[in-house]
Amino acid sequence: MRHKQTRKQIIEIFPRQSWFWSLIGVVSLGIVFVPIPSTFSQPVEKTLRVEASTFEFTPAVLSVNPGDLVTIELNSTDVVHGLYLDGYDIQITAQPGQTAYLKFVADARGTFRFRCSVSCGALHPFMIGKLKVGPDLLLWRGVGMAVLAALAAVWSFHSWSAIT
Amino acid sequence: MVRYNLIQIPVLRTLLTNRWPQLIIRALALAGFLLAILAGFVGTPVGNRNFAIIMVWIAWWALLIMVAVPLFGRGWCSICPIPIPGEWLQNGTILGPLKKKSGFGLKMRWPNKFRNIWLQNVAFTVLALFSIVILTQPRITGIVLLALILIAVGTSFIFERRTFCRYLCPVGGFIGLYSQVSPIEVRVRDTSVCAGHKVKTCYTGNEDGYGCPWGIFPGGMVKNTNCGTCMECLRTCPYDNIAVNLRPPGTDLLQLRGRKLDEAFKAFIMLGSAVVYSVVLIGPWGALKTAAFAVGSFAWWGYALSFLAFVYLLLPGIFYLAVRFISQNVPGKRKPLRMFTEYAYALVPLGLAAWIAFSLSFIFTNVSYLWSVLSDPFSWGWNLFGAANSSWTPYFSKYVPAVQVLVLIVGLFWSITVIQRISGERTLSEYKPWRTWPVVAYSAFVTVGLLWLLVG
Ligand code: SF4
Ligand SMILES: [Cu+2]
Repeated sequence: MRHKQTRKQIIEIFPRQSWFWSLIGVVSLGIVFVPIPSTFSQPVEKTLRVEASTFEFTPAVLSVNPGDLVTIELNSTDVVHGLYLDGYDIQITAQPGQTAYLKFVADARGTFRFRCSVSCGALHPFMIGKLKVGPDLLLWRGVGMAVLAALAAVWSFHSWSAIT
Repeated sequence: MVRYNLIQIPVLRTLLTNRWPQLIIRALALAGFLLAILAGFVGTPVGNRNFAIIMVWIAWWALLIMVAVPLFGRGWCSICPIPIPGEWLQNGTILGPLKKKSGFGLKMRWPNKFRNIWLQNVAFTVLALFSIVILTQPRITGIVLLALILIAVGTSFIFERRTFCRYLCPVGGFIGLYSQVSPIEVRVRDTSVCAGHKVKTCYTGNEDGYGCPWGIFPGGMVKNTNCGTCMECLRTCPYDNIAVNLRPPGTDLLQLRGRKLDEAFKAFIMLGSAVVYSVVLIGPWGALKTAAFAVGSFAWWGYALSFLAFVYLLLPGIFYLAVRFISQNVPGKRKPLRMFTEYAYALVPLGLAAWIAFSLSFIFTNVSYLWSVLSDPFSWGWNLFGAANSSWTPYFSKYVPAVQVLVLIVGLFWSITVIQRISGERTLSEYKPWRTWPVVAYSAFVTVGLLWLLVG
């Protein structure tokens, strides 16, 4: 069928064969599932002191090693704040001037956000910090997948034809 | 190309053609909207306990960005309460068209100079600069919602049809841009039937429905961008020539016609603000949050200017350089600015993915507030559903980051395939995939940045 606009081209780009997509599939499974052993470190007891004030945690980024027995000492400097740790789904509340303790074994690896769990003012829902337990595998796997996705998307077009 | 006309399904045809289902949903949405305004003014000033904040910025936003836009394009626009009071006034009735033309308003034509989405770009940017306040202060949310509906009524009194939706609504601009990815489209079945139809009732309206409220002639429509999926043309077409198609998602992005600089900029505004919000709201930097909140202060000006510089200069600027680099290496040199506009459409899937991934960061964390605000919407001590005192519980906190990664990767892959096709359009027999590497690298870089901000 011919349209009025003759400059319009319908580009038909032939995607690669199934072997190509199987290869991409295998590589991506590799990126997602290949077990990466964490560099062995003797689990230790680790105490981290965190100060909570509207609307931040200081320090806001904490790092521990997998397996560590972690104690977070939450100390609020103004109003009542809390700390809820994503992924572990545990929380504590700290009254101003009184330290609250959150004790847990850091057995899940990755980076986890923690956030204030007590309404403390306007920006309360965005009062956020992170706990890093070992290397950030999800991020690195994600970056690997991004690179693979980019290469695969470019590579998937190898020939085309224009129908005018 | 493969299309399946959903109107073949009798139930769907009835539901979409009959005016009642739409009217009922619109009336409910309008009631909810007015309740949200009221709650914004009289409810608790504590944002996360206020019906307006939670309904609008958690519930509505989640449904809009994660469901409505990706699946139904402008589906939201067909039930949106904001233009409804004005449209009722214009029509002089709330249901079907009247025999005698009545209704209020001057029905003026929107000036040609503003027949683009630049004003929507500006409107979105202004809201974005104040968004940390709007998002957290019920009174301000109330004021914004009230202002939107008043401006919409005023606009429909002075101007014809849905001028507000097409040229002013701060939300409408990006819904239109992202509606291009949707697997649903309203199109005519056979353009030659339209050519033979002298009256074009889909544009002028008849006793079965209104002329296209969005001011479009369906027969010439090639993209979802400005189709409000209101279904009026389905009602007015005497030849049953309108189809609601299921189609391969993202088809519009490959459409050569109607690629414009204002829309191209919208792609950067949206992608850029998703990045900025991920830094400010989800990041661990308290000082940034306070700066973005303290409207008018020195720190806020710093935030606002950086926001503008990033979104309007840096992000499009680097993209422009990348495109110019490509243009120098392909035969048949094209104006880099034109190529900039064309390639920018490839950022649509990535931009939508960025917004979904960013929204996932706070939606499942905070959706549990919904149960309490629904039980006590005005903070008057009601307990309608017995959940007024339910506590805050983040949902799926273990799984959300992995989903965010997946969404971003899909968006990136999709964007790069669109880059390849756009590149193929112009370079024809000289098409070489690797030549697009600067734009591919740009997209990958933005994706990695978002990954780091959201899950790293
Ligand atoms: S009348 Fe038809 S073409 Fe026009 S906006 Fe409504 S649904 Fe779309
Ligand atoms: Cu707090």
